[in-house]
Amino acid sequence: MSHDHTEPPADIELRVKALESLLTEKGLIDPAALDELVDTYENRIGPRNGAMVVAKAWSDPDYKARLLTDATAAIAELGFSGVQGEDMVVVENTQDVHNMTVCTLCPCYPWPTLGLPPVWYKSAPYRSRVVIDPRGVLSEFGTSVPDEREVRVWDSSAELRYLVLPERPDGTEGWSEAQLADLVTRDSMIGTGFPKIPADIQ
Amino acid sequence: MNGVHDLGGTHGHGPIAPPAEEPIFAHDWERRMFALFVPAFGGGHFNVDEFRHAIERMDPVHYLHGTYYEHWHHAIETLLIEKGAITREELDAKIRQLKGEQ
Repeated sequence: MSHDHTEPPADIELRVKALESLLTEKGLIDPAALDELVDTYENRIGPRNGAMVVAKAWSDPDYKARLLTDATAAIAELGFSGVQGEDMVVVENTQDVHNMTVCTLCPCYPWPTLGLPPVWYKSAPYRSRVVIDPRGVLSEFGTSVPDEREVRVWDSSAELRYLVLPERPDGTEGWSEAQLADLVTRDSMIGTGFPKIPADIQ
Repeated sequence: MNGVHDLGGTHGHGPIAPPAEEPIFAHDWERRMFALFVPAFGGGHFNVDEFRHAIERMDPVHYLHGTYYEHWHHAIETLLIEKGAITREELDAKIRQLKGEQ
């Protein structure tokens, strides 16, 4: 029997509720702690964390050097570490190289710096295609990278997570880290987009 | 495991069509499912590799049709039962009970 559906099974809501209820009765979970967790990842941990890492790297050459050598430690300096961010590698965009990240298998994503991944990142089209046709994927995002620039795609493994360090936009000399962070988009840290430019936010 | 989850390089999945904005959780049950992962994992019932493997062991059609949090639901339910934290009978009874209350 095969059927086409994009909606989950009708009783999924009930089954999740049953699971939660049963686990609570057995003392294996605490619903209040669950609420806290949801709040943390829905409202408090997000791409703003990664944006601050990028802004600091743009402002401070020593920090940038540390970030490129030992990303996990450098990111932890800003207080971002923990679940799904245990092993980080930062890849730098330059005039010669544009980087993109993916996890083709599951997908993995650096939660402490970027929060929870967007639906497209987790889905079959992106996971299947970015490793064989990254420029096609970029054009779906409306992002164009010059032909002469190499596009490198990094596939996360079970433990390793990648973060793209985008190029600093022109016209931002003297900007504070907070101002710079405002330019850094989630997609620029995944590699499907570029940061905003000053004109975008003025 | 060389299952269908190993999507890199495969064809035919259609356009990415990324939306400009979308909520982190599409449904409330997704929120609850996300939250259940941490204590289930933290309680030592399974590790992350077992979690991924439980998803990889899904029926291929179910995997490809299912959404991300459906995968999580499948994995956590499967592992908690396999590890003996809960039984299939208890869970089915709870589902029947909640259904009766609706």
